[in-house]
Amino acid sequence: MTDIVPFLRLSNVSKNFVGVRALQDIDWEVRPGEIHCLVGENGCGKSTLIKIVAGVHAPTSGTIEIGGQEVLPLDPAKAKALGIQVIFQDLSLFPNLSVAENIAIDDTLQNMLMPVNKAAMRKTTRAVLERLAFDLDLDAAVSDLSVAERQIVAIARGLAAEARLIFMDEPTASLTRAEVDRLLAIVSRLKADGIAVVFVSHRLDEVVEIAERVTVMRDGRKVGTWPVGEVDQKKIANLMTGLHIDNSIVARDMSSAEPVLEVKNLTRHGEFADIDFTLRRGEVLGIVGLLGSGRTELALALFGMHRVDSGTMALEGQPLTLRSNRDAVRAGIAYVSEDRLGLGVILPQSIGDNIMLAVMKSMTNGLGLIPDKSRKKLAGDWVQRLAIKVPSADRAVQTLSGGNQQRVVLAKWLATKPKVLILDSPTVGVDIKNKQGIYEVVTDLARQGVGIILISDEVSEVFATCDRVLHMRGGRILEEEVPGRVSEHEMEERIYA
Amino acid sequence: MRDGVPSTSAQSALRRLRRRPEAWLLAVILIVGTIFSLTARDFLSLPNIIDLLETYSVQAIMAMGLFVVLVSGGIDISFAATASVAQYCAALLASQLGLPAPLVILAGLAVGGILGCLNALLIHYVRITSIIATIAMMSVSFSLLMYFSGGKSIYTLPDWWTDRIVFWQTETESGDLVRITLPIVAMVVVTLFTWAWMTRSSAGRQLYAMGGNAEAARRIGINIGRLQFVAYGYLGLMAAIAGMLQAHRVGESVPNAMYNTELAVLSAAVLGGASLTGGIGTVPGVLLGIVLLAILQNGLNLLGVSSYFFQIVIGITILASTSLTVISSRRGRRHRILAEAPANG
Amino acid sequence: MADLTNNLNSGLSELMSRLRSGVPGGHAGLMALLIILVLGFSVFVPNFASVGTLQSFMYQLPLLGLLSLAMMAPLLTGGLNLAIIATTNQSALLMAFIMRTMITPESSAGTTGTVILLALVAGLALCLLIGLATGMLIAYTGVHPILITLGTKSLIDGISIYLTRGMALSGVPEAFARTGAATVIGIPLVFVLLVIVALIVSIVLRRTPFGIACAMIGSNIEATRYSAIDTRRVLVGVYTMSSLICFFAALVMLATFNSASADYAQSYLLVTILAAVLGGVDPFGGFGTVGGLMLALAILQVISSGFNQFGLSNYLTVAIWGGILIFVAMAQTMRPYLAGLLPPRGGSPK
Repeated sequence: MTDIVPFLRLSNVSKNFVGVRALQDIDWEVRPGEIHCLVGENGCGKSTLIKIVAGVHAPTSGTIEIGGQEVLPLDPAKAKALGIQVIFQDLSLFPNLSVAENIAIDDTLQNMLMPVNKAAMRKTTRAVLERLAFDLDLDAAVSDLSVAERQIVAIARGLAAEARLIFMDEPTASLTRAEVDRLLAIVSRLKADGIAVVFVSHRLDEVVEIAERVTVMRDGRKVGTWPVGEVDQKKIANLMTGLHIDNSIVARDMSSAEPVLEVKNLTRHGEFADIDFTLRRGEVLGIVGLLGSGRTELALALFGMHRVDSGTMALEGQPLTLRSNRDAVRAGIAYVSEDRLGLGVILPQSIGDNIMLAVMKSMTNGLGLIPDKSRKKLAGDWVQRLAIKVPSADRAVQTLSGGNQQRVVLAKWLATKPKVLILDSPTVGVDIKNKQGIYEVVTDLARQGVGIILISDEVSEVFATCDRVLHMRGGRILEEEVPGRVSEHEMEERIYA
Repeated sequence: MRDGVPSTSAQSALRRLRRRPEAWLLAVILIVGTIFSLTARDFLSLPNIIDLLETYSVQAIMAMGLFVVLVSGGIDISFAATASVAQYCAALLASQLGLPAPLVILAGLAVGGILGCLNALLIHYVRITSIIATIAMMSVSFSLLMYFSGGKSIYTLPDWWTDRIVFWQTETESGDLVRITLPIVAMVVVTLFTWAWMTRSSAGRQLYAMGGNAEAARRIGINIGRLQFVAYGYLGLMAAIAGMLQAHRVGESVPNAMYNTELAVLSAAVLGGASLTGGIGTVPGVLLGIVLLAILQNGLNLLGVSSYFFQIVIGITILASTSLTVISSRRGRRHRILAEAPANG
Repeated sequence: MADLTNNLNSGLSELMSRLRSGVPGGHAGLMALLIILVLGFSVFVPNFASVGTLQSFMYQLPLLGLLSLAMMAPLLTGGLNLAIIATTNQSALLMAFIMRTMITPESSAGTTGTVILLALVAGLALCLLIGLATGMLIAYTGVHPILITLGTKSLIDGISIYLTRGMALSGVPEAFARTGAATVIGIPLVFVLLVIVALIVSIVLRRTPFGIACAMIGSNIEATRYSAIDTRRVLVGVYTMSSLICFFAALVMLATFNSASADYAQSYLLVTILAAVLGGVDPFGGFGTVGGLMLALAILQVISSGFNQFGLSNYLTVAIWGGILIFVAMAQTMRPYLAGLLPPRGGSPK
């Protein structure tokens, strides 16, 4: 393999932040035109590594070579000039500017006094989009585009800047399967042009699908790099965590338990139609489907955030009409959003206040005040019951890891003593160790008689926790399955079909 | 990857136009203008329009500067104070030391530019929120002006400053004199320059980019700090120009003459579609905002409605126009119908 | 009955703990600044350390204090209310108008009392109305509060100016005017009013579901809505509260100046924001305490009193207020840098 000159080579790169070793002795190379995957749990140093290569951070020690030349010290402008482009997860686009202005933004970065040549910008843009075989309205504002289209704009911007190596940070996190395929097709076009692509991802299925080589990181160190043929998903997962993950099937037959939530013909025009199901006490019901299948829209309607157009709901036999999520919470329905950072926790505020949020109205004394004692007790109880690792409930939620943040969200809802708990992709952005912890909490709740709806697009997760699984697509429920009766692989094929 | 009906670019252009606040504003101005021209006889007369232009030139120039700051994602409350300070300093130099015109003007501009850059310094390096930093700067600079001037006006401005400069004049059929004076020309020049600069230059587009997504701008290598200085410095310069023009119009320098105009100018800019969150807004829009406020005040005057009534009208206009803009844009992006879901089951 | 006393007792003991924790540990810097200022003025300004100074301090603080409280509540939710001065003035104008048209020199004490009461009710009702309208506009249109309250400010000021033709209304009855100078055991009544309102606001913001929801909304309104909190109602509530505090400010204004006008105290508008931010209220919302605000107000007022006695102009005082804010902000920005120079003492950052 030594005959290939790597495009990028890191030797002995370490990075210390005040007292913390974020990266330790990383040796890593990326070859020209290869598709490389960089995987690891949150906090393993992936992002730091990208930022060092992009010139955002300076390494504490070690060397970086690009095309055989030592390039340190590096800054963002120099990294870009050397052909390094990073497409961050938030895409870093300018929503108020047009497609052409976003893609050819580099044309506006020269001398501040120079006039901008709009015709040249359009020409650049058209040429790049042609290379990607993609058609977009050059004058449309980026804020009007879909997420997938924005992704194309971000890639096109990298190409316009004559990238030789593109980092894509979690590029598929919010795409539908069809859109992922489209993206992968574009990536192979890039490869044909000799441009290397490094995917940073936590979805192992994709990793195996497109990459030529995989690099696994853990705790700031490189575990190793393998050709894709030599490792499978399970092995990668084990390498990432250093744990052995056992996904055994737990499905129970709950058909004799009494129903807690009955849904009939539930329809919201344009989002979902004719949804029928019955959730029983203590049952864990999975809903699998991809983004855009109507799964989140259904959850929001069950939680009262969106009105339904027709159909009925009944909770413990009583008919249920929801005008707002306050009605839902009063009735005993709770919802853990898929957007933990935006809609789940309130990051800058304290853990205690976050936990108290949904029940504080019931905690007041005769004067309408919330006694300090009950405030502390509630927070303390839940921190203990859910084993949230924190010295004090007065800390801001943003000081917690993703997994512990999600426990705070769970605590907030469990404090309302729900009869039905809807979990929408609860483990996104949670590392594998903490995922297990969240599954344990869910199983425990089910044992206590709470009806649970688990929405996910990770079949392995649903199979390892649910008693029954509904497959949703195009706003409808296609089929009902019991884990074990179909294999995980079969289910996956049906979903991605 | 587009779902739904493929839209032609003509359709999308129309859609974009309909969403622009400028289009709405123009419609409102036309309606209001028509009403006034039917009810107040003098409203559409050339002398009245020219007079209107001159009266509002000072505010329009400050609005252009403020527009740049708004686009960059900031806000500035201190520009009226800056204008007063620059005007007074220049007036002192001219009346007490008798300095020649170019030096005085240069000094005035320098004061404005420096005060603007001080704002940028506080915002970028000290990291104070722009609204707080500029409120503090306004308190400091205006109060110091009042303290050191003792609130005394300067009436002895040199002739080169107070003499009317007429670029073009003509007489209408009815015998009224119509003159295009310095403030109008200055307003036109500033407006054209700001428009060209913001739409055509690298700096202008970088300001839009920074206002749209500051973090992304930093990542692609835009120098945020420098742009802050450009934006607030530009507003400082515009405030200085406006301040010196105001003294030119009234023939004296009164330290608190321009105090309290900041909210009116801000209203005009926002009415014209400049977003308080940055990145959005156009020069014609801001100009239309000024025009709307101007014709409302002028028309009501001509109709003999008490000038006290004007504030009420401004209030209602701001409330109505901002609410309508938000509500109409919200309706536009409701309900993204899933491609696969049966529409209307 | 026993229940009530119990509640009252627990309420009072909480009040005490509240007061104790109200001595702000988190505002050590401000506290130090205040002490330095008081000591400094006492040394350099003759007669500064006197009962007279303290009393004039207590007469001057309430108006700015109440207005700052009215500004702070919306700031906590990430908004702001630019119409507080306009609301205060209009309420004062309405009360002054009722009192002076309905009370003649011949009116009996009983009539006078009834009319004053009527005026107060009318002033309160006006503030309630303005607050509800502002809150609803903000909650239901989703337009930035700067714009909405800029509009309401213009509208309210416009109506006041239009109706009064810009003139001040005087002729407040003696009985009412006297309260402006009245004292309770040597403490001016207006200061007592400020203390009571501040305590209530503090308890409401820190201890009630409404107050906690305000801070939560200030940090993330969507997440708060998803947590089954009626965010619209909270927003309407907070602007109503702000407006109601303006009613008390109007009382103080009327009692102190014995007249009302559309353009009284206009220069205080931006000073209230300055005071709030100086007192540690986050201008983006989510954080802030009444204790910190009061401390900041005390600092501003001490500077003002000291300089006045020093014979310096009021304008210089305002300039120094602005300077203090910039100084405090700089100190806050510099702190992490200064801390970074020191060796880390255990506890690794994330």
